[in-house]
Amino acid sequence: MRGDFIVRKRVNSLLFCTLLLVAMLLAIVVTEYDAVKGFTSVPKAAEWAASNFYPDEKSMKKLPEIFDKLTETLLVSIAATSLAAVAALVFAILGSRTTGIGGPFSVASRWTATVFRNIDVAAWSMILLFSFGQNVLTGYLALFFGSFGFLTRAFTETIDEMSMGSVEALRAAGAGYVSVVIHSVIPSCLPQLLSWILFTIETNIRQATLIGILTGTGIGFLFNLYYKSLNYASASLVVLAIVIAIMIIESVSNYVRRVIM
Amino acid sequence: MTTLLELKHVSKQYGSDTKALSDISFAVKEGEFVSIIGPSGAGKSTLLRCMNRMIEASSGAIIFDNADITAFRKRELKKLRTSIGMIFQHYNLVNRLSVIENVLHGRLGYKSMLAGVLGIYTEEEKKKAHAILGVLGLQEQIYKRCDQLSGGQKQRVGIARALVQNPKMLLCDEPIASLDPNASKVIMDHLAHICSTMGITVVVNLHQVDVALSYSNRIIGVNKGTIVYDGTPAGLTKDRLRGIYGAEYDELEGSGGRNAG
Repeated sequence: MRGDFIVRKRVNSLLFCTLLLVAMLLAIVVTEYDAVKGFTSVPKAAEWAASNFYPDEKSMKKLPEIFDKLTETLLVSIAATSLAAVAALVFAILGSRTTGIGGPFSVASRWTATVFRNIDVAAWSMILLFSFGQNVLTGYLALFFGSFGFLTRAFTETIDEMSMGSVEALRAAGAGYVSVVIHSVIPSCLPQLLSWILFTIETNIRQATLIGILTGTGIGFLFNLYYKSLNYASASLVVLAIVIAIMIIESVSNYVRRVIM
Repeated sequence: MTTLLELKHVSKQYGSDTKALSDISFAVKEGEFVSIIGPSGAGKSTLLRCMNRMIEASSGAIIFDNADITAFRKRELKKLRTSIGMIFQHYNLVNRLSVIENVLHGRLGYKSMLAGVLGIYTEEEKKKAHAILGVLGLQEQIYKRCDQLSGGQKQRVGIARALVQNPKMLLCDEPIASLDPNASKVIMDHLAHICSTMGITVVVNLHQVDVALSYSNRIIGVNKGTIVYDGTPAGLTKDRLRGIYGAEYDELEGSGGRNAG
């Protein structure tokens, strides 16, 4: 019986892998993708990057400009995330299975978050572009909506997974709903909530680059400008600056996470 | 002595066919130490939570301090819960907060919305919390975070949180089920002391029959949602115990595992 069980599991794994392989081959055939050409062009791309896509002396002059735009992007990401976090916390608490007030409001709260989450920030920025034009506000709002949807989902799950013991205890002591949330739910979830907020700030800086290309603001705009004017050296410097900025943000948030746990 | 709590024909139904409690009637006098014993799933926890309406009884009347609490509205219910302390198997503390903060949570039921949300406690309340922690032997731990405490210490914080409410009655749901024998004895001694010196009525759910026998004035045996024994510890014969726990009780007894569970 037991040997049978193991064999069945192995067969299942094998079947799954075969299925995956078939799906991949099917996709290649349908899209007429030339796998050989695809792989052989990788060295060519690397070669092009090595000969064109590196910062040179002339591009260094652009550094103050890049730094300026990078700061703007960073601040927009942080601002959008912080406000989104506040809104998300309210929606998450009301929508959570454990702390929610239940009824139609919980459902509405969950649905709002789902809608906001499932529209990508790139789509958001295109939509908002019509109303707000090429403006920092457009990028800010796009990040805000995207982060709001994502954080509401993340916060809801954090609260749902939290042990509700202390909530029961405070309710049994006669504490009101808001008191229970402030004194039990939030303190218990705080490290996870902050962790999600820091993660969203990191993601938003990456996203801000794409949104910048779309909305013509921030560091993304600068990259687009240099790239399209064939100034590859400066464009590569922008990429390098973004990578370094994200690495710094990551190490800062890692440090903060360690401290707050 | 006057009657503090009286249950009249209390039943609790979950769904359409799951009956957790059926026709429970008994009265608890002021200052009594009552143990409720019975197998897992007999309805002990449900019964205890009906007494402060953390769970709503489906039918029947519950009289506490000469008032029918089943008719209580929100405000009255809040006031009722301030006069009933509750202690839990898993302590139900906010682990990331300090001992003193957790103890002061017991005062939240007395607060107005604003004072509760902001966590404003009077000097008198803080002094009282300190005094109670002193009596329970936790003066060294006052500013420690609760996740640094042992199980026995955590349960004493739970008792302090209940006592700071100035309760007329303590409801204890398996207070020693997660503790080692030494810590269990400390906790039970504290509960007995609270009952005898402060005149607070104690109702405690227990798995350990010998503990129930040695600490209580009265024992209530519950099986399948009905009371099968209500009387003094002395009257609880082996036959009666078999009535509460079923035929397997003898085997447990025989193997010397009397307080297993």
